[in-house]
Amino acid sequence: MSALTPAQLARLRAIVGSENVLTSPEDTIPYGFDGTAALKGPAETVVLPGSTEEISAVVKFAGEYGRAIVTRGSGTGLSGGSVPSEGCIILCLTRLDKILSVDAANLTVRAQCGVITAAIDAAVQQHGLFYPPDPGSMKISTIGGNVAENSGGLRGLKYGVTRDYVMGLEVVLPDGRIAQFGNACVKDVAGYSMKDLFIGSEGTLGIITEVLLKVLPRPAARRTMLASYDRMEDAAQTVSDIIAAKIIPCTLEFLDRMTIGCVEDYAKIGLPRDCEALLLMETDGHPAAVAEEAEQMLALARARGARDVRVARDDAEALQLASARRSAFSALARVRPTTILEDVTVPRDKLAEMVAFVAEVAKKHNLLVGTFGHMGDGNLHPTFLTDERDAAEMARVHEALEEIVTKTLALGGTITGEHGVGLAKKAWLRRQVGENSHDLMREIKRAWDPHNLLNPGKIFD
Amino acid sequence: MKPSLKLLDYSILQQCMHCGMCLPACPTYVATKKERHSPRGRISLMRAVADGELKLSPAFADEMSYCLGCLACETACPAGVDYSNLLETARAEVQSAGLNQTFTSRFWRTVTMRGLFMRPRLLRFAGRLLWLYQRLGLQTAFRKIGLTKLLPPDLRRLEPQCPTIATKFSPQLIRPVETPAKSRHRVALLTGCVQDLVFAELNRDTADVLLANGCEVHTPPVQPCCGSLHAHNGEAAAAKTLAKRMIDLFPPAQFDGIISNSGGCGNHLRHYGALLADDPVYAPLAKLWDTKLRDIHEWLLEYGCLAPRTGLGDLTVTYHDSCHLTHGQKVTKQPRDLLKLIPGLKLVELPEANWCCGSAGIYNITQPVQSEQLLVRKVGHVIGTGASVLATANPGCHLQIARGLRQAGSPITLVPPVTLLARAYRAEQKRKESRRG
Repeated sequence: MSALTPAQLARLRAIVGSENVLTSPEDTIPYGFDGTAALKGPAETVVLPGSTEEISAVVKFAGEYGRAIVTRGSGTGLSGGSVPSEGCIILCLTRLDKILSVDAANLTVRAQCGVITAAIDAAVQQHGLFYPPDPGSMKISTIGGNVAENSGGLRGLKYGVTRDYVMGLEVVLPDGRIAQFGNACVKDVAGYSMKDLFIGSEGTLGIITEVLLKVLPRPAARRTMLASYDRMEDAAQTVSDIIAAKIIPCTLEFLDRMTIGCVEDYAKIGLPRDCEALLLMETDGHPAAVAEEAEQMLALARARGARDVRVARDDAEALQLASARRSAFSALARVRPTTILEDVTVPRDKLAEMVAFVAEVAKKHNLLVGTFGHMGDGNLHPTFLTDERDAAEMARVHEALEEIVTKTLALGGTITGEHGVGLAKKAWLRRQVGENSHDLMREIKRAWDPHNLLNPGKIFD
Repeated sequence: MKPSLKLLDYSILQQCMHCGMCLPACPTYVATKKERHSPRGRISLMRAVADGELKLSPAFADEMSYCLGCLACETACPAGVDYSNLLETARAEVQSAGLNQTFTSRFWRTVTMRGLFMRPRLLRFAGRLLWLYQRLGLQTAFRKIGLTKLLPPDLRRLEPQCPTIATKFSPQLIRPVETPAKSRHRVALLTGCVQDLVFAELNRDTADVLLANGCEVHTPPVQPCCGSLHAHNGEAAAAKTLAKRMIDLFPPAQFDGIISNSGGCGNHLRHYGALLADDPVYAPLAKLWDTKLRDIHEWLLEYGCLAPRTGLGDLTVTYHDSCHLTHGQKVTKQPRDLLKLIPGLKLVELPEANWCCGSAGIYNITQPVQSEQLLVRKVGHVIGTGASVLATANPGCHLQIARGLRQAGSPITLVPPVTLLARAYRAEQKRKESRRG
């Protein structure tokens, strides 16, 4: 597809202002990718609108000329959802960055799509409130992107994911109309729950421009513990025991042996290199409940053969214990030039089996893979440490991924727990959801966006 | 061989996984919200140049110059990308391609980089002339009768920013070798260029603090520039020459520590190993040099620092992290810990303490608009702390923030942490003497 003509560009400039249309290679090349390893697309035109009305006008303009629109926020996605396609207009929404209101009486916050996730939690914190979803990129990811990808985070087991906090949305539809879905009512069964169709739709059905989110009272207390194990199964079993004891901790995170070694190389915090698993546990809530639950979790970990359990006495020590988990990704990412972060997810009771399988596959294909992740919700992050210039090694990475996906599906899991399908996972979607479900998704997309203008080629072809 | 992105080890570019974690740490991205003004955006442009997808262009040159080089992105980066190496290579390539140069910019570059900062005696002579100009009242007179209007526009803008030159330079204040009563370590003291012309007293204070802590201090009167200015501005060959001169003057095997008291210089000084890695003679010396190089605050905390028994009265102090001390050298806790040693001193934390003040080497000259915005942001935070003293350990930050505070009409004074410590030691000494007397 040829580039936009000068007359067409002039129309775009008239809509958003000339400083908000970027066309020179020095300006646009940095929009050719998102946070996904080894994926890149042609970035020719970038438009940075400042309001819902401008977005609507740009979408109408694109429809007129049959131009695709690829929407992005801060570009931190991990499945290639905002990688540009041939001839598209890149719609970057970072200028819509206002928090519109915090409603402490109804426990809601209203924000424009380009607000940074961490800024939402910071804004409600002043009212003693709490926005729980905390994806790894929350310091820069936008809330619109979080909703479009239905992002998760470390608190999934107790607090759920982004979907569980979306009460309402404003969306620009593929033909440029502006629609509102949902409201501040806890109960609302008027018609189809349309907002749910847009959550996790990865920019293929509409452009989310404003969100109304639910928030919670901020937990008054928190307790952090770190346990080490000789067997991954024991760590996994501890998690099952904790949940069987009717405790729902806010954090249950694990690191495997390879990851522990890398963290120790990098951060030198005195982790035992010879153990198979580290389990970071956190409980939060009312101080009395937290104290009681922490005691129980400690006892359960010891009963399952934890070698060593450390309990943080104060916030500073809690931070220190959590730093093992927080530096996991950084530590791994330093080892080789290319870091491929996966996020297959299995039912909780299959997690130890899956971690062992990943280690086996890595060995078989002679690859470096560290696994860490969310033990409480079965979400693993097998992280491939490789080099995209080494074609032979990359071929082995793809074989290994294929085997991991096959095993995940055999265990009743999902190809993606929180990163989305985008470009990276679309080859496997049909296998996971089945033919009828896959067809229905495509039919919805076709009916909704008949000219395939919004983020074409993502999720499915 | 000319420095070039194409010849650079490609894995350094590849190490960036474009996750975006650097974006909220980058002052130019936060100010503009445009990807090209972010570290990962700049790296993608460098990679496009290395891949042959993008030609070196004036816009590319502009972008490399718009970067502050504050290295806040290196602190934020999960993957350990060596951004300073990438930026220096890109700037060197822009420089050797002759992009974006006007006659005057070339002239001033030659005068400074190839002239003054290669010849320490000439630099001091120029400093002395400037001192005379300021002392004899010529500055005030010229300003009054409007003679400064005859200066070329670049200089006219800078003239009021010109710092006051010190009355005495380091060699007049510090003897080549000074020995404490009980000597435990033998250290070299690097006096710096701008530091020496404007803050020679700080060098005296540094020597005093080292002496008080059992160090024999070696301070040769004529020292070369460390080359950081050259390396940051695309003059790689000159940077190497200067590094070798420095190593010749201070053979690293002869010292327990080589001490720098300027954040920006120190960050460059501790990477001579990488700079001279290809030099058959100097590579091993440079490697040893790196192991001996210490920032003054780092050295004092590592080898033990006496707590002064007398304070400076009730004093509320806040501390600004210079970029290259905090993001480059990762020295953040030590200056604060030193300040806390002083009795009666109350240290209040500065919001955004590690956010660039806009000085950034010669950034306030090359990018005045963005620099001014950062300065206003910094000064607002400093005033908000209610402190009466701002401590900072880099001459560039010192001059920049002092100017900002003056513009804002604030009475807050700037004092380096080491100077506060030296004053406390002196106060203790005085009290002892008066008791004896």
